[in-house]
Formats: sequence, structure tokens, C-alpha cells
Amino acid sequence: MAVSRSDSDGDRQRSGIEVRLEKLRRVFAGVVALDELSLTLAPGELVALLGPSGCGKTTALRLVAGLDDVTSGRVLFGGAEVTHLGANRRDVGMVFQAYSLFPHMTAMQNVAFGLSLHKVGAADRKRRAGEMLELVGLSPHAHKYAHQLSGGQQQRVALARALAIQPTVLLLDEPLSALDAKVRSRLRDEIRRVQLEVGITTLFVTHDQEEALAIADRVGVMNKGRLEQLGPPTTIYSRPATAFVAEFVGLTNRLHGEVKAGQVEVRGVRLPLVEPNTSDGPAIALIRPEAVTLASDGDAVGPLTGTVIAVSFLGATSRVSVDLGDQMVLAQMSTADASAHPAGTRVRLTLRPDPVLIARDEKASAEA
Amino acid sequence: MIGARRLKLGVFRLAVFLVMGAFFLVPIGAMFEFSTRGNDLTAPRTLDAWKAIIQVPDLVQAITASLELATITSVAMLVLLVPTMVWVRLRLPALNRIVEFICLLPLTVPAIALVVGMVPLYRWIKINVSDSILMLAFAYLVLVLPYTYRTLDAGLASIDLKTLTEAARSLGAGWGTVILRVVVPNISTAILNACLLSVALVLGEFTFANLLFYENLQVAILYESFVSAGTSIAVAVASLLFAFVVLMILSFVGRPRERVARAEEA
Repeated sequence: MAVSRSDSDGDRQRSGIEVRLEKLRRVFAGVVALDELSLTLAPGELVALLGPSGCGKTTALRLVAGLDDVTSGRVLFGGAEVTHLGANRRDVGMVFQAYSLFPHMTAMQNVAFGLSLHKVGAADRKRRAGEMLELVGLSPHAHKYAHQLSGGQQQRVALARALAIQPTVLLLDEPLSALDAKVRSRLRDEIRRVQLEVGITTLFVTHDQEEALAIADRVGVMNKGRLEQLGPPTTIYSRPATAFVAEFVGLTNRLHGEVKAGQVEVRGVRLPLVEPNTSDGPAIALIRPEAVTLASDGDAVGPLTGTVIAVSFLGATSRVSVDLGDQMVLAQMSTADASAHPAGTRVRLTLRPDPVLIARDEKASAEA
Repeated sequence: MIGARRLKLGVFRLAVFLVMGAFFLVPIGAMFEFSTRGNDLTAPRTLDAWKAIIQVPDLVQAITASLELATITSVAMLVLLVPTMVWVRLRLPALNRIVEFICLLPLTVPAIALVVGMVPLYRWIKINVSDSILMLAFAYLVLVLPYTYRTLDAGLASIDLKTLTEAARSLGAGWGTVILRVVVPNISTAILNACLLSVALVLGEFTFANLLFYENLQVAILYESFVSAGTSIAVAVASLLFAFVVLMILSFVGRPRERVARAEEA
């Protein structure tokens, strides 16, 4: 049974529906690609699944799309189970990583293709396809073929095609990864604009943290088939739940230290821990570059002093690389502040006393 | 410098074109000349041998049978190979090598050996199913497999089959729609080439038909040559011209994308 369509398709789409994944598991030839993923997308919400290659994010998306079979678990759209429905009966719109426009059709025909499968009459088909192309700003290119469109335009047509059928859920499988940086950034904003305008529940898969943090209502960071953390982008960045999240999202300094009585001592500085119950022993403190501040001090000596070896200009901010003698530390600050520490300057480092996450130094632990 | 090189290249191309043209056309011209000779050396040119083609019932029947066989073989080949190859590529890639091996196998077996192997089967078919010459289509399907498989394989390799298929599926297309509306239009050139190969092979086939006691075009030409050499040569020339015309038609049917899309848009 296909997911039912009500007469008020437009209304339903604008309010979006809840999408629930319950303990989704997928095993390929004994290898667990997805390990009991549970996730609920609120109506109209955009959730980004972020993670390195092979973490299971695309597998999760394909299971939601019905392009792959689950080993166990359930997928529910608006409370109705669709776990075993074929991809063609699941009522999802999908944009792929690879360019997926049908080469023998124009942009207009591509968008109208799904409508013809849903038995929409010729006149309505043409009107709706035109509206969708207008939504993505490609009306002037309606009669061009895929090979006559740029990569960004092709992905916008693919988005229009996916939305034209008024799907229950929109699935985006790294749709920007084949594009250059400028187009990627522009199209990312456009996808978000269209998603908000249509109000469709959307699952977005990417390995690009900047993309995920910029576009999503919530970000799910995945590792080895499991969801490590799910939360708003600001939480994911500023309060990572695990060492993996801290290291995967944003830049992180790894400073050797020692956990003692609920605190970690790093180069003579004691910092609070995110998890104060951590057992004592050697550890690596994970500290964001923006938690490191610098002060010029020509005669500075000590464990938290070093020499600036490079300043990377990033626009409003700059990243300063400091050599402590036995390791490098990154500090991020406003470009104006960074200009006070050109390469070669001796500096003293201060670590902001935020609660820090630690990663266990396996080698150090073994030696201890 | 560049102009001189271009001129040399042009002259070389023209020379190759003329030599190859002569290679193909001189024998056909000689056959045509022979088929239009009168009864003796001094007799004027005549088209009697050509006119006789449609007056020999066995010949007409054989021509019709061969055309039917070419059509049936081409259609059966497409119906068998396209969905199989798509399915194997998408769902059972591990079987790809095995399917390829099976399809290419007839190429390594001499036609005579294939026929000897098929004799008992066809004896059974003639007794229990039908003694129609159209039953030869089964044998011809095996005969054309290696050539058509290679052509279709190249066509499928030239498109991103997985992504296009999944895109169509996610838009609501069933497997039939995926194959007919997405895969076939995108490998149309390969399909036309495969059809051309099977038509050419079937129209020129002699060994299977003769040894399995069927009378197709080539067998009929041989028999006719015992009665009238002129008419048999005229039929041979006509079949070559027919193959050429089919080739031209198929080339034009392989339309550019713009025209296909305009037709679909209408």
C-alpha cells in the first residue's frame, strides 16, 4: 500500500509530517553499517546527518528512501509504517550526490516526469513543473538538457524535480559535494530557503561540517553506524557530547594532560571536565582554538609559552599557529587581535576555563 | 605548415574512402552486371532476373521468413538482454562475469558445432511444437548473443545506471517504467546497433538453416542458383542493398536528443 495522498496535499506538505526511525539496523555481509539508529524528525524540520565516510549516514538515508532493505527496525512517516514499501511507493523526493537528471529530457521534462507517474494531467503537469523551476530560479533554462546546464543548475533542477511530486519527505544525499565552494555555499542557502518555503520534513546527509551546521535545525553526528550526538548546531559545536564529535566538528587542539580529582591538568593549568566522574590518569584534553588566547611576551618561558609560526587569514577571524616546542597549538581570534602576533613573536597562551572533553591517550595509559 | 598537413590528411582520407568504396562496390557492381545479362553475350541488358524474384514463390516465402526471423530475433534479444543486464548490474553485480561468459560463449563455438548440438533439440521441436521456420529464432538468438551483449554492455556502461534508476524509482517509477522510459532512451544508440547486428546476422545466416532443414533467404538463394544463376545473384544483391537501407534507416532513427525530447514534450 502506498502512502496515501489526501486531497489537501499542498496543506499537508506545508505543515510537514513527522518522520521516525526506530532502531534501524543494516548489516552488509556481516559488517554492521547502521547500528540501531533511532531518530525523530519533527514536521517541517531539517535534520542533517554528519559523519565521515563509512559512518552509515548514506545507508540511513537509503533505508528511509526505500532504496535498500533494513535488517531490522522501522521507518514511520506520519505514524504510518513504510519500512517494507518499495522506493517507488514511499512518496519521498530525493536529490542525489551524483548528477541524476535524465539526460534525454529537458529540465522541464525532468521535473514533469514524476508528475506524469502520479497521473497528473498534461496541463497541470506543465504548470506545476514551471512553478517548481521558478521556485529554484531556473525558468529561463526550462528547455535545456542536462549537458547544457552547470553542475549547480542540474542540482537545482533535481531539487525542483524532487519537490514537484509534493513528497512526504525530502532526502538530500550530499547534493552539494560535486560543486565548487562558491556554488556550494549559494546553493546550500537556496536549498534552505526552498525547504523553509515548502515546509517539508527533510533529512540531509553530508560529510561537510560547515554545510551541516549552516543549514540544519538539528545535526546528528554519526560514527561507526551509531548516532554519537543529536542537537542544534550550536550545541554540537560548543558542547560536544563525545571526543569524536569534538574532533570531527570544528578544529580541536589535542593537549596531553592528567586527570586528577574531576579536573584535567594541562601544562600546569587545571581545567574543569565535561564529565567530572572521569577516572584519574593520562588523557588528552580537547580544546577549541577559540578557547586559546595569546599575549605577546618577549621573555616568556614555561609550559604555555611558544613562538608564532604562522597566521592564517580567514576573513573576520584569523588562525594563529603556535609552536610550544613539543607540539603545535591553534588559536583563533579576530583578525585585529591576530595582527598583534606576527610570525616569530614569542607569546604566552591562556586557556579559557571552559569544561573540556578528554580523549584517552591509549599509549600513555598502557605505559602507566 | 598546418594547411599542408591538413591537405595531406584530406588526400589520405579520400584515398582510403575510394579504395574501401571500390572494395565493397566492385563485387556488388559485378553481381549487378551479371544479374542484368541477357541469355547470350550479344543479348541486350534485361531486368528479367530481378523481376523473377517476386515470381518465385519459394523465394518470396524465404525472404518473408528471413525478415520475420530478423524481427523476432531482434525483439527477443532486447526483451531478454536489456532487463537481464540492467538487473544484474543493479542487483547482482557478482553475476556480471558469469552472464558475460554465457553470452560470449557462442562466439567461441564454431557454427557447425552449435548446429550439431541443436539437431536433436530441433528434431524434438519439429515433432512436438512446430515445424515453422520461425522456430529458428531460438537458434538465432544464441547466435546473436555475443555481438549484441557487447554492444548493449557498452551502452549501459556509458550511463550512470544506478543513480538514474534510483532517481526514477524515488519519483514513483516501477521497474517497467524505469526500463522503458529511463534506461532505453539513454541507450537507444546501443539498442539500434544491437538490432542492426542481429538483423545483418539473421539475413546472412546459412549454416543453421541449411543443416536444420529450413529454407531461409540464403538457402533459397542457393537453391535458386541451381535453377537461375541470374535470379539468385539478383536476390543476393537485393539482400545486400536491403541491409544497407536498414542500416541507413536505423542510423536516422538514432535521432539526436533534441528531437527525441521535442517528440516527448509534444
